[in-house]
Amino acid sequence: MRSFTYARAATAQDALDACTGETRYLGGGTNLVDLMRLGVETPGKLVDVTRLPHDAIEHRPDGGVLIGAAVRNSDLAADPGVRERFPVLSEALLAGASGQIRNQATVGGNLLQRTRCAYFQDVSKPCNKRAPGSGCPAIEGEHHNLAVLGASPSCVATHPSDMAVALSLLDARVRVRRRDGEDVVALDSLYRDPGDDPSRDTTLDPGDLITGVEIPGPAGMPAKYRKVRERASFAFALVSVAGGIDVRDGRIHDSRIALGGVAHRPWRARRAEDVLRGAPATEESLRRAAATELERAEPLRDNGYKVSLAANLIVAVLGDLIGGRS
Amino acid sequence: MESADSGAPVTRADITLTVNGDLLRIDVDTRSSLLDVLREGLGLTGAKKGCDHGQCGACTVLADGRRVNACLLLAVAADGLEVTTVEGLADGDVLSPVQEAFLGRDAYQCGYCTPGQLCSATAVLDEAARGWPSAVTADVADAPDLDDAEIRERMSGNLCRCGAYVNIVAAVREAASPEPVQEVVR
Repeated sequence: MRSFTYARAATAQDALDACTGETRYLGGGTNLVDLMRLGVETPGKLVDVTRLPHDAIEHRPDGGVLIGAAVRNSDLAADPGVRERFPVLSEALLAGASGQIRNQATVGGNLLQRTRCAYFQDVSKPCNKRAPGSGCPAIEGEHHNLAVLGASPSCVATHPSDMAVALSLLDARVRVRRRDGEDVVALDSLYRDPGDDPSRDTTLDPGDLITGVEIPGPAGMPAKYRKVRERASFAFALVSVAGGIDVRDGRIHDSRIALGGVAHRPWRARRAEDVLRGAPATEESLRRAAATELERAEPLRDNGYKVSLAANLIVAVLGDLIGGRS
Repeated sequence: MESADSGAPVTRADITLTVNGDLLRIDVDTRSSLLDVLREGLGLTGAKKGCDHGQCGACTVLADGRRVNACLLLAVAADGLEVTTVEGLADGDVLSPVQEAFLGRDAYQCGYCTPGQLCSATAVLDEAARGWPSAVTADVADAPDLDDAEIRERMSGNLCRCGAYVNIVAAVREAASPEPVQEVVR
């Protein structure tokens, strides 16, 4: 591992001031420290932001919640108010990683974790995300767990977060401290498709610091998170679905759907949601909505199963909610 | 932590750790993991370096009472924490309830993963006592009892390549239960 200097920030302004050149902010380190050990990340300086005062979960009078960026994943998952009003968020967090990692990982770090694409993590291989212009061996190589939606000829990586999928469904907003002030960014605008610049996972600029996540209130429709993976626990998603549905008099009044494991970002399935609004609450409606969303899928040689898996998961999650089998 | 005089980058730091009750001041390379400091610096070789990527759990220790992967925690970032390793679980010669249960249930074969399993299981009991749900809890608003499915899910960050899982689950169940477990483990 390359030598680096270490500084601990006491305030967000401290962190921004300390962030120069080859600096990375250090959260729980569960991804960054590993990437440094692998030689994927080679910062000359770490600025530890885990002891900033952004470490509280604040439930608002309007039913929303403000989550500090330094809150640990386990504490957020265990928060009684979150479990009561936004259970889909607890479910997604608990579906991710292990008890040990959730105790270390922060909310800000979870949002900014990097893809687990094997080529990205192997410095002996080309990767446009890690070494722009070097190529993407995954497209012809091992890609069974990579993207089927929104990918590009440059990159087929997936975003690994479970939490971010639930936050997408919840219309969360991300608080960002920038050099020129504070900003609030919709979660879906934080992430981006890879296009011809997969080196950028997000729309943040270097030095931007995530200070928190807002979930608007009041808590809305019932929602569930369901994750399919290659073993029962402690594995990344092949496909996951956060799905919510509001049925009134046999018709779907509203629905929200976000997919994980299928794209460079948490994939908000707005086309499917549009199909569902006003439709009868039947499996046929759910099938049609899922098919409409996944029309755009462009599977590779070995990951076409994700398209049918995602469709089946959407139907299963929303169908269970309609049937009261949540 | 920039050097005041030479301007050269400072890549070492003085940290304070309380390890198994002893307050220690330690000079560390910023690259050192807590695991390396425990094993190489302090001679506490109970925690193991299995994968060094946070995937196997053999390095699990308690930091301020919470289980963490010591391989992923930079020592410099652990400054000020109270660390308990497997060497600190017992009270002198009196084993902790989790240790007793592992011993009684023969919850290991080669023993390599055992220190991490013991620390992790100790934290699992504490998390359950605080009412934390898990991924297999039907309703996350509930505070579930530690049945076998809950134990398996909560211990999933600790691998055992000998496959002693059956007895590990029995041991954790026994440590979690106020009543002795009756059935015989063959």
